[in-house]
Amino acid sequence: MSDEQQIRVVLAKLGLDGHDRGIKVVARILRDAGMEVIYLGLRQTTDSIVAAAEQEDADAIGLSMHNAGHMTLAPAMVKALAKAELNTPVIVGGIVPDQDVQPLLDDGVAVVLGPGASAEEVAQAVRDAVANAN
Amino acid sequence: MAKDTRSIDELYAAARGGERRALGRLLTMVERGGPNADAVSELAHADAGNAHIVGITGSPGAGKSTLVGELVADLVEAGQQPAVLAVDPSSPLTGGAILGDRIRMEDRNANAFIRSMATRGHSGGLALAVPLAVRLFDACGYNPVIIETVGVGQVEVDVVGAADTAVVVMTPGMGDAVQANKAGLLEVADVFVVNKADRPGANDVRRDLDLMLDLSHMTGQESAHGYRPPIVMASAINGDGNDEVWATVIAHRQHLADTGQQEVRHQHRIRTEVRARLAQALSESAESLMDGDGADQLRRAESAQISPNQATNELLVQLLKDQS
Repeated sequence: MSDEQQIRVVLAKLGLDGHDRGIKVVARILRDAGMEVIYLGLRQTTDSIVAAAEQEDADAIGLSMHNAGHMTLAPAMVKALAKAELNTPVIVGGIVPDQDVQPLLDDGVAVVLGPGASAEEVAQAVRDAVANAN
Repeated sequence: MAKDTRSIDELYAAARGGERRALGRLLTMVERGGPNADAVSELAHADAGNAHIVGITGSPGAGKSTLVGELVADLVEAGQQPAVLAVDPSSPLTGGAILGDRIRMEDRNANAFIRSMATRGHSGGLALAVPLAVRLFDACGYNPVIIETVGVGQVEVDVVGAADTAVVVMTPGMGDAVQANKAGLLEVADVFVVNKADRPGANDVRRDLDLMLDLSHMTGQESAHGYRPPIVMASAINGDGNDEVWATVIAHRQHLADTGQQEVRHQHRIRTEVRARLAQALSESAESLMDGDGADQLRRAESAQISPNQATNELLVQLLKDQS
């Protein structure tokens, strides 16, 4: 992959959610797909993620959510980015019930990935989200 | 990427005015190299020259990022505007990277600018991108500019060695003085930090370092003007010794100023950067020569009609003729 296409992804757990096994797997998947992962880890806020997205010039933001807070937190993330005039796509992964997927997409989340997504699907979803945002 | 359609001049003006998004975009251009990076460099060149450049290196897990995070937070609280360039290795197989330095630096640093940079594959890329990124931070009013690298590769060590002040972080339990002696980090250090000093063995590390510095003195390796790198004991995560680390860094800067060494460091840094850029330009010319007019010599060398040595000499003549 040439530098021109080098995708930089910020990965974070937003809010009080200590389940970070999944996000570590995703970090490795994206690294092995040739992307640069800026790993923020646990207990981030919308502000800290916006700051990272600005300073790192991120192409996408991946949120890992396992605490049923996604209906509140993911739209808050989208709004915080818009307020900072960033059009960085937000990708949500983790445990999201089927009936919540469409409302999240309606609120501006780019993609929702569930536990069954393969490594290829995860990497491709990020590439597609980045391509669609530009 | 079409997410920001502003020109480089507009972005640069915005970045100098304090817009972080614009500075983030410019850093991406610097990282990618090529004509855009050169344009950014030309702009920044005119406005840079004020920042104290501090390099911090050491083994993986030595606590560099934690130390940098704490130093940066203290600097922000003291009203300064520091920037950090945190360099992590790329995978040589996939080109991907996990940049995990920020995770240690997220608290108490709203006024700082932290940028993660992967080493990426291309030869000498780091040696080109780091000085440019530092110059850009400098031009945008950030001071000090801290470069953090893992002290494993020659380029990473060189990058830190080209700073005004190079800090080497060591920890107990990571090998004895013989390891420290062969690591090549000793030669570049202006300040040693023994981190995790609350752990057993910290005093042994200090003693071993002291011994190595005694030996440097004995063999005449000690730097000019009688400077002996101080050793600071710290436990960065607990906030112990961090003040002393920074005070020692500032004292080193004063030493540079008092002895005229600051100018020497500057000259060394510029020379290193120009050499890296020349090497990159010549390397690219050599590649295109081997793909183009020089393919014949290459083929003859491949089929053993001439030696690689002779092919090189013939190509070198051609290369230098093309350059002039």
